[in-house]
Amino acid sequence: MSEPILKIEQVSLAFGGVKALTDVSFEVSRGSVFSIIGPNGAGKTSMLNCISGRYRPNSGSISFNNQEVTHLRPNDRADLGMGRTFQNLALFGHMSVLDNIMVGRHHLLKNNWITGPLYWASKAQKEELEHRRYVEEIIDFLEISHIRKSVAGTLSYGLRKRVELARAMALNPQLILLDEPMAGMNLEEKEDMARYILDLNEEFGITVVMIEHDMGVVMDISHEVMVLDFGKKLMCGLPDEVMANEHVKRAYLGVEDDAELEISQGVG
Amino acid sequence: MNFELLIQLIINGLIVGLLYGVVAMCFVLVYKSTQVVNFAQGEFLLIGAWVCWAFLIYAELPFIVGFFLTLFFMAGFGVLLQMIVLRPMIGEPIISVIMITIGLSMFFQSLMKWIFGVDPQSYPQVFETQSFEIYGLNVEVAYLMSTGIALLIMVAFFLFFKYSKHGLAMRATAFDQQVAQSLGISVKSVFAMSWGIAATVSATAGIVIGLVNGVSDSLSVMGIKVFPAVILGGLDSIIGAIVGGLIIGVLENVAEFFDSQYFHIGNMYDIAPFYVLLIILWFKPYGLFGTKDIERI
Repeated sequence: MSEPILKIEQVSLAFGGVKALTDVSFEVSRGSVFSIIGPNGAGKTSMLNCISGRYRPNSGSISFNNQEVTHLRPNDRADLGMGRTFQNLALFGHMSVLDNIMVGRHHLLKNNWITGPLYWASKAQKEELEHRRYVEEIIDFLEISHIRKSVAGTLSYGLRKRVELARAMALNPQLILLDEPMAGMNLEEKEDMARYILDLNEEFGITVVMIEHDMGVVMDISHEVMVLDFGKKLMCGLPDEVMANEHVKRAYLGVEDDAELEISQGVG
Repeated sequence: MNFELLIQLIINGLIVGLLYGVVAMCFVLVYKSTQVVNFAQGEFLLIGAWVCWAFLIYAELPFIVGFFLTLFFMAGFGVLLQMIVLRPMIGEPIISVIMITIGLSMFFQSLMKWIFGVDPQSYPQVFETQSFEIYGLNVEVAYLMSTGIALLIMVAFFLFFKYSKHGLAMRATAFDQQVAQSLGISVKSVFAMSWGIAATVSATAGIVIGLVNGVSDSLSVMGIKVFPAVILGGLDSIIGAIVGGLIIGVLENVAEFFDSQYFHIGNMYDIAPFYVLLIILWFKPYGLFGTKDIERI
């Protein structure tokens, strides 16, 4: 395993008396696809929010690229190269797809309102062209060029999810956090999304941390899987190891009898 | 029917309406990015006008220097106000923040009275010629300048939101603060910036009105006057604010004309905009340009 890009140490988070996370520690190695699974309310999204900075953990530390980020605001973490998508769609509904993606470039734009008007003289023009090239690359990659001018709020669910991914990619992140990227999708859309995630991991070299409920997809594309249950880390390992673990089966995948029952009912 | 008077009044209405539009734009800017209904909007005009007046009278600066110094002062004032008074309120119920702006409004009105006294003051003469005639219509130079400045501000607003990165960041923040943060936008600086811009631009309007009518407490009434303009246009639309401002400006004057000529009810100048507001909201509850939420189910 290569050096970790993300290191979580003893993170605990409580909302009043409710303990969302208890002493969770793990490492995500650079260039991997890391999935977090667990039953509803296990603390998966809380964990993701701690990483992205939306929540501050009560104790423990989070370091990104060997830099302690526990006390940084979300926007500072984005500057360091952390992108994310949300569980519920969070596109800017009244803006065009292109504008949505350009917001993601925000922190990378160097020119301001003084140098901007000197479009030709300053480097603003060159900068703008570079940004457009990168954004076009993302648009091509996610195959959304036909909807670039559409208003984001009018698109279908699957497409909006894709635009949201594009916007997170526009940050040019080293690490991308995906909160249920495939929830509510049909089989075809899921397959597409799984392929995009693999490609952005392999081609763009972005490390992926994702939460997903579809076990088929998780087992197929993850390099490593962590299981959370009641805010505690149950285990962390290769997909096959996780699948084989008795505790995990009981907590999340359902014990043998249940699984058989499900299969027999499902087919019938 | 006295057509000449009517035309003169309509033109006056458009000129004043443009200024309403400018102030309404600031109001919308603050509302859009921070969700705060700013009741202290009128005081920005008042403070700006008084500060500029002080620069001209006490420091005896040339108008153009005093004008720009005032703008710098107001930009700092807006940002500081946000940082000191409003930033600690982030995360508190929005109604509390709105109550604070009402408090600020009272505070600044009294403060201005305390510093500058209760008597209206007029600016020193800025232009050499006060007025000239075009096609028989009497045009005041100050009005011409006010129209020019108002149009300039509107174009600048448009370009800012459409093409600048801060404009885009503000639009994004207006839509969803959490998401904007996750994309590397500092919400705090966006808030500070919107208050700074609102204070500066409102002060410009205050100075322009001060040039024509003199500086007095009545400037802060503009803060209330823009309400029908803003709501007419839809609370969150910049274009709507401009159109709303123009409509209110013309409406006041036309209502006043018909009232003084025919009806003799009195006070229509102040009341008519609210009647029309009521009627328009009957048919278009989101205002003329307000956003309805798009939702796909």
